[in-house]
Amino acid sequence: MKILVFAENWDGIFKKSSFEAISYSRELAEQNNYELITLCFNNVSQEELNKLSKYGSSTVFTTNPIDKVDSISMSKLISDLTIQHDIKLFIFSSTYSSKMFAPRLSAKLNSSIFTNVVELPSSLNPLKLKKKVFSSKAFEIAKSSSEKNIIMLHPNSYGVKEFSSNLQSSEFTAESKSEIEIINIEKSSGKVNLSEADIVVSAGRGMKGPENWELIEELANCLNAATACSKPVSDIGWRPHSEHVGQTGKTVAPNLYFAIGISGAIQHLAGVNSSKVMVAINTDPEASFFKAAHYGIVGDAFNVVPKLIEEIKNIKN
Amino acid sequence: MKIAVCISCVPDTTSKINFTENNTEFNKDGIQFIINPNDEFGLTKAIFIKEQNQAEVTVISVGESSIEPVLRKALAIGADSAVRIDNKAKDSICVAKNLSSYLAENKFDLIIMGKESADYNGGVVHGIIAENIGMQFVNACVGLEISDDSFIIEREMEGGTEKVKIKSPVIIAGQKGLVEEKDLKIPNMRGIMQARTKPLNVLESENFDFIQSIEFSKPSENKECVFIDKENVAELVKILNEKEKVI
Repeated sequence: MKILVFAENWDGIFKKSSFEAISYSRELAEQNNYELITLCFNNVSQEELNKLSKYGSSTVFTTNPIDKVDSISMSKLISDLTIQHDIKLFIFSSTYSSKMFAPRLSAKLNSSIFTNVVELPSSLNPLKLKKKVFSSKAFEIAKSSSEKNIIMLHPNSYGVKEFSSNLQSSEFTAESKSEIEIINIEKSSGKVNLSEADIVVSAGRGMKGPENWELIEELANCLNAATACSKPVSDIGWRPHSEHVGQTGKTVAPNLYFAIGISGAIQHLAGVNSSKVMVAINTDPEASFFKAAHYGIVGDAFNVVPKLIEEIKNIKN
Repeated sequence: MKIAVCISCVPDTTSKINFTENNTEFNKDGIQFIINPNDEFGLTKAIFIKEQNQAEVTVISVGESSIEPVLRKALAIGADSAVRIDNKAKDSICVAKNLSSYLAENKFDLIIMGKESADYNGGVVHGIIAENIGMQFVNACVGLEISDDSFIIEREMEGGTEKVKIKSPVIIAGQKGLVEEKDLKIPNMRGIMQARTKPLNVLESENFDFIQSIEFSKPSENKECVFIDKENVAELVKILNEKEKVI
């Protein structure tokens, strides 16, 4: 049997989520003697392509450029490849573009689709998977009744595992005649991507005002972390909506999550409680975040955070 | 213009999540159901468009009769009519296929829904419908404007946003940003009175067997929080570095 993993790139660069999807697929292929095919689109250099072989990609198909927003062309490309290679199982990381083309693909192939998957399948026939539901407040084990299946991984759940292999790439030509006109793209440059960050520094109303976020950004910088915020902070416009983590914002699962001046409403905790280690800093010893956190400091962020930055710089040097 | 808003009825975001029947069913006891927050941004956007461009807004949901109060609320907010497709809504493919049948028969210029529901977080219903009825589709929308026979749509993506122009008809999946939280419509008394007489049609559904739920579980509770003195930040850094190995 053949399985397909999509190695997404951003301006020619693969990210951790691409390697995580390959690691997951390689393990699945090894355990069950499946043949693994990796799909990669747009212009990626040979040097960048070689990185995929460190995580277990061997047969790689590269294609001509397609706009990521064009879910019609993206799903058609994969479905064409599926027909040629009789693929039964698809592994995608949950990214903005896969969330557009994967459901389309499932409708095309009449397959089942599982999102927010956190583990390897516990059974293959029938396919049984564990996934996050209720915004990380619970897990569900679900079973497929379809011959073809799509697995979408929750970022930072499986992890990246090295597996060296020999890479052989060949080209696959995709049709792309998009009816979508791209007007402009705005990039927030130099920022660590929140969904796949290893460390997230998040702050709430305890920061008192948007001008005080320099402190949060400095802490994030010295940890190579992404910045995030609570819902009230994005609602009042101190920070962009894209930084809001919690039930109605983004769900994150970093190795380390700092909650600074965040009281810890149930909706916020839902979005972050899969983090491996959570540290809360709050002036209020009764803040509910302390009930969820692994480590806590009762104190004023304006005193504690500068010390934290200093100590982290010490150990980094 | 005809606008369809597909909504999902979900437990209030403050709900404690528990399971019953040997962890195979969500325990609805004492749970208040609301319009899925991502869908509510979409509904409000549709009402704004109606106020500015004279649109007709239909809300559609797949569910049992218990969801009707939530549909009435959508009517009170300003939708013109509601449709309930009578089904247990067990999985997203079943929901998507039932919505697809309705949306293929009844033509709309714009179909709006939330990017995902707050309960099962599938986030696939919109894309499946788009494919089934052959429409363009944009996910994670944070902006929508009308420009003649096209829509200017702003979507969130990794590390930024992208603005695209697409000819009508289109499906968009929205989230916060499509309208601001403070602009969400709250039903007023006049709206609530009018909602009582607005049409709420109930349609039959089909069942599809793609995915079956087997069992639910809850994440294990954390151990007690270890408190570190605010004068001893170095100790926290040491723990994170040496014991937890996360920095």
